[in-house]
Amino acid sequence: MSAFEKVLASRAKDRPTGLAYIIAIFDDFIELHGDRRFAEDTAIAGGIARLNDMPVTVIAMDKGNTTKEKIYRNFGSPNPEGYRKALRLMKQAEKFRRPVICFVDTSGAFCGIGAEERGQGLAIAENLMEMMTLKVPVISIFIGEGGSGGALALAVADEVWMLENAMYSVISPEGCASILWKDPKKVKEAAESLKLTAQDLKKLGVIEEIIAEPKKGFESVYKLLESKLTDALSRSLKIPAEELICKRYERFRKFGVFKEI
Amino acid sequence: MLKKGLFKQPKNELEKGGRMPKKPVSEQGTELTSQCPACNLKTPVTMLLDNFNVCNCGYHFQFNARQRIDFIADEGSFCEMFDNLESVDIISFPGYEGKLKNAKLASKEREAVVCGTAEIGKNKCALFVMESGFMMGSMGSVVGEKVTRMFEYATENNLPVVGYTVSGGARMQEGIISLMQMAKTSGAVKRHSDAGGFYLAVLTHPTTGGVTASFASEGDIILAEPQALIGFAGPRVIEQTIRKKLPPEFQTAEFLLDKGFIDNIAPRKDQKQLISKLLSMHKRSW
Repeated sequence: MSAFEKVLASRAKDRPTGLAYIIAIFDDFIELHGDRRFAEDTAIAGGIARLNDMPVTVIAMDKGNTTKEKIYRNFGSPNPEGYRKALRLMKQAEKFRRPVICFVDTSGAFCGIGAEERGQGLAIAENLMEMMTLKVPVISIFIGEGGSGGALALAVADEVWMLENAMYSVISPEGCASILWKDPKKVKEAAESLKLTAQDLKKLGVIEEIIAEPKKGFESVYKLLESKLTDALSRSLKIPAEELICKRYERFRKFGVFKEI
Repeated sequence: MLKKGLFKQPKNELEKGGRMPKKPVSEQGTELTSQCPACNLKTPVTMLLDNFNVCNCGYHFQFNARQRIDFIADEGSFCEMFDNLESVDIISFPGYEGKLKNAKLASKEREAVVCGTAEIGKNKCALFVMESGFMMGSMGSVVGEKVTRMFEYATENNLPVVGYTVSGGARMQEGIISLMQMAKTSGAVKRHSDAGGFYLAVLTHPTTGGVTASFASEGDIILAEPQALIGFAGPRVIEQTIRKKLPPEFQTAEFLLDKGFIDNIAPRKDQKQLISKLLSMHKRSW
């Protein structure tokens, strides 16, 4: 598949959404709503669940499958309240020593008057800062689209995994083609240039794991994720909090290529 | 009222043109002026600079990084750091190398942020100032690295950080690595903050995208220059998304103050005194 074909695959209508992963992988999911500041944001769902008996906090962006669901979920584009709810649940997880698992799937943080009025930039910035020093293990899994800062706000994690046909980019190929090259037709070239596929990102060291996708049905993906998450969390729960935070800092500290002259 | 001299015959070529030079012409031939986009008044550049590059109507013209450092830091106190870092074309992005070359020529800077230590009203601090002339102040590896190093240096040396932001956001040409700079810088700000360090952010026109969604919004105190455009999504993108025209005040510093997202608006003429005071009030003396 070319990079642009992967972009299309990551957005495919029949792709499982975030909540489908939660329901398939975890038991006893109890959804918790609201940011306790302003509103409930249905683009992000979160709550407590069990992963093989271990209580965990799960947070998932959800785009919805049907038109009605898509509208209800704001097409998976969170407002500031979504990020604030996620942070509230993460802080709660820290208090009760539960690991955090995030499922990322968004074309980006919502662009709208309300989102700006209520501090979209600040909401993302606060998540970046606070996730960096969260005292419990955090794993983020990209299941579809990973649109820029809006995706990163749930991905300051100890490990980042990506589905084989998911994407993660600083800007959408459409945005890049029209802003940078003023030519919306160059979208394929933009997708190629941005290095946004799971395979490219693994090479760049931005993600730890690629999760293979079967041709049909995601049952095997859920099974694989369940066992991988159990392994990874049982490993990271043994690491003292201070060391965990240090490692997370170093994970992001190393990104950047430049000359020193 | 009739215009004076309406029926007067022109005496020479100059008068025929309808304009008499009001001021002696400088040695170069014409005096450089800047026209204010707010009130349309043309003001000689030298006069503007004497007034912190602010028009009489209050419009704040852009300052480049060096002008800002000259105006905010005590004379001779600025010591530049990390100026040996230069961007590379990490992901072989079409046209990036050429853009970097042009940006260097246009801005006379090596990258879009200048860092160092300085004294402001005799208060020692770490100072970073972004440069809009270098690819619209966009954040790639070097901007992220320099800002991160600045905060790490400040944490080690118990220094407060003063940061002037101006940015179009993350630099597309470095792909995902630019996005990672948001997390990297935020981590460094958090460490500085957890160590009790004071960080003052001053947002200038325009501060948007990935910089707004990272270190620009993470100050203990956040000031903004009058009328500066500050936001996450750019106004054009929002208009395209919601298919509506935006109100004129939307995303200005005044709008953000009203919505409760910045501590205050700081006109340039008051900035040095205000920042000195804030720095001296955050000195740890116990």
